[in-house]
Amino acid sequence: MMLAAQSIAGFLEGLVGDTFSGWGIQHVLAAAIHAVLLVHAFALSPFLFIWLERKVSGRIQDRLGPTRVGGLFGWLQSLADGIKLVQKEDLCPPAADAMLFKSAPYFVCIASFAAFVVLPFSSGWVAVTADCGLFIILAVLSLEVFGIIMAGYSSGSKWSLFGGMREAAQMVSYEIPLAICALVPIVAAGSLNLGEIGGMQRGGIQNWFIFHDPFTFVAFFVYFVVATASCKRAPFDLAEAESELVGGFHTEYSGIRWSFFFMGEYASMFAVCGIAGILFLGGWNTGLGPIDELLYAARNNSVDSPIGSYLANVIGAFVFVLKGSAGVFVQIWLRWTLPRLRIDQVMTTCLKYLIPISCFLFLGATIWPLLLATATQRSSWTPEPLGARFAAEVQEAETTEAFERQALNDGEEIQ
Amino acid sequence: MNDSNLLGGQLLFAIFALATCLSAVAVVVSQTVVRMAFWLVISLGSTAALFFLADADFIGAAQLIIYVGGTLILLVFGVMLTASSPYLKIKSSPGETIIGGLLGLLFMFAVFSSLQGVEWPAPPTGDSAVTAGSPEGNTLRPLGLALLGARPDLDLHDGDTLSTGYLLPFEIVSVHLLVVLIGAAYLARAKRKSAAPAEGLES
Repeated sequence: MMLAAQSIAGFLEGLVGDTFSGWGIQHVLAAAIHAVLLVHAFALSPFLFIWLERKVSGRIQDRLGPTRVGGLFGWLQSLADGIKLVQKEDLCPPAADAMLFKSAPYFVCIASFAAFVVLPFSSGWVAVTADCGLFIILAVLSLEVFGIIMAGYSSGSKWSLFGGMREAAQMVSYEIPLAICALVPIVAAGSLNLGEIGGMQRGGIQNWFIFHDPFTFVAFFVYFVVATASCKRAPFDLAEAESELVGGFHTEYSGIRWSFFFMGEYASMFAVCGIAGILFLGGWNTGLGPIDELLYAARNNSVDSPIGSYLANVIGAFVFVLKGSAGVFVQIWLRWTLPRLRIDQVMTTCLKYLIPISCFLFLGATIWPLLLATATQRSSWTPEPLGARFAAEVQEAETTEAFERQALNDGEEIQ
Repeated sequence: MNDSNLLGGQLLFAIFALATCLSAVAVVVSQTVVRMAFWLVISLGSTAALFFLADADFIGAAQLIIYVGGTLILLVFGVMLTASSPYLKIKSSPGETIIGGLLGLLFMFAVFSSLQGVEWPAPPTGDSAVTAGSPEGNTLRPLGLALLGARPDLDLHDGDTLSTGYLLPFEIVSVHLLVVLIGAAYLARAKRKSAAPAEGLES
């Protein structure tokens, strides 16, 4: 699936030779390979989850769900749907602002696709390693709302306008607890780099950040509720609200543009569940201490046995996708179990309950290490090795500065 | 982004720079408020992409989350709540266009001339205690240390003056935001006088 960017670039550099190396062709090709792999991850997750949604909803309602297309369990149903949607007429109502109306679905798709760029699937299997990966993901996912609002506004229909307005009101409020809850495990980790955060939870289920302290444990459930709302999934799907608004923001859409909204929705469901998996549930680590150590050793032994290292990463990616899919399954389960809230109840839930709870959790998570350190007489209670590294860095920076200040003062005195 | 990386670096830079400028022009030219917001999103998003290309991940993500994810969505939300007709058009008279154009040119001249006057320092080489060994684009850690008050990126023997980092400006901005929040809550609060009789009637 995804190899490290450097290795592909390095491999292609040898292949391309000196003629074109000045042009950076190998970087472009490596980027293209990454992009193609990511597009597949992005396109296949809706393919799988839409089928899962139909199957799970069928089972919950005591039906069979799709059974015909693709033989066993109707697993090709999404492909049949896709072919049908491509063939449909691409309508644009005369009252709509055509340019905005047509570009809105792409906005939704691009925003949720961009989240996959910094999402690590296994140790080092990430398209772009960013030091502030979590921050970039949250920033990019917040762009998705703009596509929804644009679709609602430009459709020239009051149902769409209501849907868009509800989505705007909902998302402006829910982004706050989402970011604060994501910060709670960050306090424990001391890093925003998703790859580092995942790697720190190696060695057993007790090292997962959900079990790090009571605050992260509660924060996981608050995060999951807020993430469900931020993907506008039931019981928070007020932007669609079929029973009142026909189809909400997508009332006027048809064919492939309509399906782009759902591709974006299901892909961002996987993205937020994947973030939950990395932040709280150990990322690509299995949660069984000995197996984790074995895989870690195999992964790092890439010089002696590259295939073993590759296989360890494949297992890691499998575990990660499994965790993300489990999260998506719970979201589907919630959708077909809980009734939709009213818009004022949605806002009350966020502003009166979720924001205070997440602020309290954040405060508690910052005080918790200090309390533990005082109680156990240890100088610091930040996880190894990153916490130690960070403390050492601060100390180093401070001592260097103090040393240089001293040196400057001495120099002035001599002069 | 190294200079030898012609296709990856400079071509992408050209594309995003062009997108930034053209959509900025489109913001001024278009007449519907929501279309302006759309072009503004493209312009600000391309600016964020330029930051990413310059290996400034943090400022790029901040650009996206603050301007595109925050400010613009609030703007569009405000337009939707207040607009009397679905597609509010803003038409400007020729006089306004001329005055606006002149002001714009004047501003561009001011910016350009002051940019010419600046002596740009050489970019930091990043061989200090913290940035050494870290790959390009990882500006988060030095930024965080600077916000705490430590400046490991400065080399005092090189003639840099001592600095307390960004702690003071950061705190000033925080207090400023708090003042703005309190002011907004004060302006938007429900008037007690009108609320009191209603409560009296209910009871």
